[in-house]
Amino acid sequence: MAETTPTLPEFWKAYEASFRQGLPKKVSEANFVVLDTETTGFDLKNDRILSIGALRIKNGTIKAKEAFEVFLNQTTFDAKTVEIHGILKKGKVARIPELEGLQILLRLLENAVLVAHHVRFDVGMLNQALKRQGLPKLINPELDTSVLFNKSLSRLKRKQEGHYSLDELSEYFNIPKTDRHTALGDAYITAIAFLHILESLQPVSLEKLLKKDRFWEFWKFI
Amino acid sequence: MKNTISFRIADFLKRYPPFSNLSVVQLEALSEEVSISYKEKDSLVFEIDESAHDQFYVVHKGAVALWDTAEKVILDICDEGDIFGLRPLMAHENYRLRARTQEETILYAVPIAKFRPYIKENRRVADFLVESFASNTRNPYDKSNRGQLLGNADQFNPRNESRLLDLQPVEFSKGIVSVAPETSIKTIAQKMTSRGIGAMLIEQKGMPIGIITDKDLRNKIATGDHSISAEAKSIMSSPVITYPTKLTITQAQMAMMKSNISHLVLTEDGTVNTKAIGILSKHDLMLSLGNNPAVLVKAIKRSRSVEDIKPLRNGVMNLLRGYLDQNIPMALTSKIISELNDSCIKQVVKLALEKMPSEPPVKFAWLAMGSQGRSEQLLHTDQDNALLFEDVADDDFETTQKYFLELAKYITNGLNFIGYEFCPADMMASNPKWCNSFSGYQKMTSKWIMNPGPDEVLLSSIFFDYNRAHGDKELVSKLSRHIFDTVKKYPIFLSHLASSSLMNPSPSGFFRQFLVEQDGEHKDFFDLKQRALMPLVDAARVLILHHNVPDISNTWERYEKLAELEPNNQETFLACSYASKALLRFRTKQGLQNNDSGRYINLELLNKEEKMKLKRTFKTIKEIQELLNIRFMVSRVR
Repeated sequence: MAETTPTLPEFWKAYEASFRQGLPKKVSEANFVVLDTETTGFDLKNDRILSIGALRIKNGTIKAKEAFEVFLNQTTFDAKTVEIHGILKKGKVARIPELEGLQILLRLLENAVLVAHHVRFDVGMLNQALKRQGLPKLINPELDTSVLFNKSLSRLKRKQEGHYSLDELSEYFNIPKTDRHTALGDAYITAIAFLHILESLQPVSLEKLLKKDRFWEFWKFI
Repeated sequence: MKNTISFRIADFLKRYPPFSNLSVVQLEALSEEVSISYKEKDSLVFEIDESAHDQFYVVHKGAVALWDTAEKVILDICDEGDIFGLRPLMAHENYRLRARTQEETILYAVPIAKFRPYIKENRRVADFLVESFASNTRNPYDKSNRGQLLGNADQFNPRNESRLLDLQPVEFSKGIVSVAPETSIKTIAQKMTSRGIGAMLIEQKGMPIGIITDKDLRNKIATGDHSISAEAKSIMSSPVITYPTKLTITQAQMAMMKSNISHLVLTEDGTVNTKAIGILSKHDLMLSLGNNPAVLVKAIKRSRSVEDIKPLRNGVMNLLRGYLDQNIPMALTSKIISELNDSCIKQVVKLALEKMPSEPPVKFAWLAMGSQGRSEQLLHTDQDNALLFEDVADDDFETTQKYFLELAKYITNGLNFIGYEFCPADMMASNPKWCNSFSGYQKMTSKWIMNPGPDEVLLSSIFFDYNRAHGDKELVSKLSRHIFDTVKKYPIFLSHLASSSLMNPSPSGFFRQFLVEQDGEHKDFFDLKQRALMPLVDAARVLILHHNVPDISNTWERYEKLAELEPNNQETFLACSYASKALLRFRTKQGLQNNDSGRYINLELLNKEEKMKLKRTFKTIKEIQELLNIRFMVSRVR
């Protein structure tokens, strides 16, 4: 964990402080924030986040009111990805500056376990954005639904490389693909898939669950 | 802030009452307040006497059972779109039922405080909730449909049955022909002949005063007692026996019997003092009774050729349609229809025997196999049958088999003529394989049981459901005893049979969506026979063989027997018995509707209620498959 320097803004300090109490032991008491980002492309350095969608899960429940979706003002724009996410450069939706969006997100991420499908990409994009704003990297423990899903399957059914698309998951769990390719829509599919996966993994504690995520452990060593 | 999640919720809720009565704005505002809850299988939503939650629930996916724990019964199962947990909305009391998930479930929890204003604003919402809560039905709008499709046998209304059999109102001839009392007999006879009627009403001043029937002409004129020039009044029966028009078949029959007459005059108020409206003859009565199984059986038995039987089979189909429309219990319906089908087969066999140049050389039995053998064949499907004859000396075998093959050919052709398609797999007695002596079958069945491969298992699953349609009873029981004794000696056969029955996967996948056919002619259709009916039929066969109970070949009767034999599994077996009946009714209805075998169901044409009821039988199928798996250690033979 990075040392807090006095130059960091208050919202960052609050975010960082929230982790001092430690994560709860029980899965049912943990705060999971399932998020998804829509970006201009897949290059961490050159591409930008266009929108962030996130949902909070506590004790198996998602509150519609706490659903979070922001669209960010970006100068970088890739016409090619427009057809995937449908976010136009000068679209009709209200946009906010990147820093403002990150600030709202950090509030939601306080003392939470971050869950995403291919989480390293979303976290990578977010960390780049934080870096541009002169802020440190995210400190939330992470879970990847792609990895966990592979773990939840019987050994015979597992894929060698453990990679699953979100479409595969939504088909497997019969989750309707409404709003696919919107940040919040994908976050919702990820969240429902995550709840299914928890049911089949039946983790005894949050700690054990985090250990299931091979990538997260790997992440800690670098 | 745009929130796709609340749009998603609104999109779902708007399809179901009472939410369908809310305006778009109301629904979107409400949806923002909803929580989405994921519950594992068997998790509690609320318990009896638990204090009320500040929300009520809508099932988004999965199913929730409402239990009355005092009675230990499930009162209701809530499925997609159903609401439950309304008590806190209606009364400030603790819950009276237990709500527990039947499977993985996603619930929408609607906060009561946020919902209450809409009840006040919207009368239809309020009505729905009050009625829903009071009637203990989740969806009072569906009331008209309740219990119809997979009609609940327990809710049998006895009135329906009797109405169908004999309490239906009479149909009578309305075009009355009448003459004055002074008309000559000759004129009357000519009129009756030209009009093709059997009775003439004699009227005076518009009132019926007498009647002359064919019988009067025969008894009074042809005998020479009266001249043909005599007047009507001299031979007419008077006064006439009158009845009101609202007469049931039974009443009419009674009236005719009582007065020993064959025609009744129906008048405006039922007395001789009002205008005649119609004449009811015995012949009319017989026509009305055409839908009566007893009459049909009589007619079948009297038929002198297969050509006579064919139209009677149409009568059987009409009867079946009527029974299904009126929700007559499936057990009774199928019993009557099977009985009628059986009569047809018996008659075909009888007629075929008459065609043979000589009497059968030895005793024999005609066996119906497969669904016909189980008395579960309501619609016309293929014929599966076999012929079993007494053992003869080796030298005589060939000639004996030849005789019976010729007989079988007459029978199968006759059956084909009256509507039973030939079996594409040639499982018919006209095939030498299925026209065999007792020891022939003995050898064949022993081989199946001792060396069960996939073909043997398939053959036994069709053959072992046989039922004697005609012929020697003792011969058939002897074969049954042989089969049961052999199975007892080679119990591994049951494991193979069980294993094969488990090849048909459970009909529903994740979140109870239907498993439909993936390719071929019936792509995206639900195969009701293979996915739902066969697993139940197969399981019943294995279990009844396991218990060594011969002579019950009908699936639900097998389950009823099993419930008796295994009290600890009674609930499961009775559920299976009910599910088999419900599914057969469903299939038959579909078949009559689409004029096919009812096997493949287009799910898009089913309404929510129908889909739900169908899905409920799946749980039972899953249970019985689990039971088989454990009992016969299927994994070991696989």
